[in-house]
Amino acid sequence: MSLTENYRKREESITLTSEPAGTGETHELLTLNIGPHHPSTHGVLRLLATLEGEVVRDIKPIVGYVHTGIEKTAEDKAYWKVIPVVERMDYLGYYFNAMAYCGAVETLLGIEVPPRAQYLRVIHLELNRIASHLVWLGTGALDLGAISMFWYCYREREQLLDLFEMSSGQRMHTRYFQVGGVMEDIPRGFEEKLRQFLKIMPPRADQYADLFEKNQILLERLRGTGICDRQTLIDLGVTGPLLRAAGDPWDLRKAHPYSSYDHFEFKIPVGTVGDNYDRFRVRHAEIYQSVKIIQQALDGLPEGPHITPDRKVALPPRHELATSMEALIHHFKLVTEGFRVPPGEAYYPIEGPRGELGCFVRADGSSKPARVHMRDPSFSNLQALAPMVKDAYMADLIATLAMLDPILGGIDR
Amino acid sequence: MPDATELELIAQELRDADSESLLNTEFHRGRAVLVANPPKVKPVLEHLRGRGYTFLASLHGVDYYPHEPRLGVLYEMLDRTRVDRISVKARVHTEDPHINSVVDMFPGAEFPEREVYDMFGVVFDGHPDMRRILMPEDYEGYPQRRDFPVGGEPVLFTYNEEQSYGKYM
Amino acid sequence: MEIKREPVSDLRVRQLTAVDMLRGDLPEEDIERYVEERVLTTTVDRAVAWAQGNSLYPLTFGLACCAMEQIHVVASRVDIARFGFEAFRASPRQADLIILSGRVSIKMAPVIRRIWDQMLEPKWAISMGACCSSMGVFNNYALVPSDKFMPIAVHIPGCPPRPEALMHGILKLRDKIQGHAPDGWRERYDADGTEEVLPDGDFSSADISIFKPGDTAGA
Repeated sequence: MSLTENYRKREESITLTSEPAGTGETHELLTLNIGPHHPSTHGVLRLLATLEGEVVRDIKPIVGYVHTGIEKTAEDKAYWKVIPVVERMDYLGYYFNAMAYCGAVETLLGIEVPPRAQYLRVIHLELNRIASHLVWLGTGALDLGAISMFWYCYREREQLLDLFEMSSGQRMHTRYFQVGGVMEDIPRGFEEKLRQFLKIMPPRADQYADLFEKNQILLERLRGTGICDRQTLIDLGVTGPLLRAAGDPWDLRKAHPYSSYDHFEFKIPVGTVGDNYDRFRVRHAEIYQSVKIIQQALDGLPEGPHITPDRKVALPPRHELATSMEALIHHFKLVTEGFRVPPGEAYYPIEGPRGELGCFVRADGSSKPARVHMRDPSFSNLQALAPMVKDAYMADLIATLAMLDPILGGIDR
Repeated sequence: MPDATELELIAQELRDADSESLLNTEFHRGRAVLVANPPKVKPVLEHLRGRGYTFLASLHGVDYYPHEPRLGVLYEMLDRTRVDRISVKARVHTEDPHINSVVDMFPGAEFPEREVYDMFGVVFDGHPDMRRILMPEDYEGYPQRRDFPVGGEPVLFTYNEEQSYGKYM
Repeated sequence: MEIKREPVSDLRVRQLTAVDMLRGDLPEEDIERYVEERVLTTTVDRAVAWAQGNSLYPLTFGLACCAMEQIHVVASRVDIARFGFEAFRASPRQADLIILSGRVSIKMAPVIRRIWDQMLEPKWAISMGACCSSMGVFNNYALVPSDKFMPIAVHIPGCPPRPEALMHGILKLRDKIQGHAPDGWRERYDADGTEEVLPDGDFSSADISIFKPGDTAGA
């Protein structure tokens, strides 16, 4: 009997008053190391979080765990050979890396890219944008606990990689973009398969929206979390869907069109509040817009060469090698030494799936670049993580990281 | 891009404000570059910001070996209202590679400046956290300088198989 | 008069031998053969190895581009769950297979070694892709081939290897665990005896290792 008596007395001493977070008796700060191996850091990102209870007071990202010295390797290779090396930087947007680099070299050389090549480039770039957003959606939902989304997104991504394999032979890192155009014209059957894909993609994207939006847990986790205002983002150099979610309609495809993007009609999704939910909506809406662009590009695909006819830069077609002596010599010089670029510097920015991807190339007159630097969007976007999660819960940190979409290959290069 | 005449106008304005701020201007393939004097980088950027170039798109380093001064720091500025880009270049010697940090003007320069320090050895005075970002903290050497070797492992053939690192089975 | 007899059916033979066995009337060799035909015998090692090979728990570990193809192995087209390996564990204490998918930089190598040391025996490592097996596309100052700091069981070439290639590599690892490791091309082309003579040496420890064997600091 006395046991239960004591127990009842102890029970009475517990008061269930709710105290707001972080205002308890002790203000002890805990430094927690998240990563580099952690199930939810996208790639090998290490975060030093200073926590007070469950509330994040400060966060310091530490990067460099997948630094590959790609820029240094690129200085050692001919201009043509740099393309596969540079493609592996942002490993989800491989066509974008190649596009930025090829654009910079084309600027330095002063050559024109034929219209068919430009349209083919746009088709592949937008397909890659959809593929990158599918990975973001699948793995982001996986982080938040909605595991089924992952399998649906990867079903579409398999179809996309099949298309890439059709046009270039490789699923990832395809070396399809060359300086002056694209490597090869699209094969027979590519157009039908692409049209079939474009027909099924918008309804599937509707299904993803249904999965996400009708889930109360996801909505609660994303709405109102990770808010960062526009001016802070601009000061930090953030571009891309993060800036658009905060309400700033800045998109390089519209502001400074490159590779005949001005021929296509598409909208830019812009958010209002700048929280994680807006980021999700902006990226999800971009999938529809990419489908629209590809549709227009495919319908209006012009005839013509798929690479510049300038034989000093692009390889001659194989049938010419049997008949023309100049073609043989050009082929030989291009394959062994590579083309020389007159001295100069160029910075070519494009709109990647994460923001402004710019490539800086310095040429010194030889056949190898003297400096290749990629201005990677994730590198600047990662600086915005600290203001976004200040005074938010740990769970919001994970949600924000999922919606931030950092790609460590681009950050570390 | 500002064309060549507008570039000269901007350069003239800067020289009028401070005669030592600009060393040169370059214009190549539609890209305008202001070559600034390294101690005067911040006033130049401040002036450009007043003129509308409010967004720092990229901050990166270049090694101009063998031309002296060797280490260059490039600032790619962007004017979002007129969609205009201009670059500012500041070159420092390897003996005294110091330049003022622009983190107080553009907070987004924090990571890029650390990267330039890590890869080239240019020390940014006034940076809140000047340490290596991509290489390990205790690494010695500045990898992306032109006289730093590319490094790597020897490619293994049968004749040099003993150099194999795979001593595990 | 010829008596037509039907040939004795197999079933009848088996029934009669069973009756003899139960009465204890079967001669020695027949008992051996009887038992062999009906009972599956094996050593405990092989049984355990069979079970281990069929229940690998990979670690959720992705470094770079190869991780994207590794995720495709988990997706529905090349389904790793067909083989029972879909239970990716996040904690190295619970996993027994680490798939190094991507380039290993010098900053990451001690971290990977630490994770490897935290995994409990028996454990295996697969080096996926060209970058961690050899140096891959980037032979430069920033990368370390994974052979330098940990023992790798299977190397998978490719940049990145197709998900089918990764699956093939995992199945080859399963063969290796279960004890019937294929000889590869030597088996297919009947080239027994062409193995090169390896130099004599101590193969139990690498020249360069971040943690020496027996060093408990890694755990």
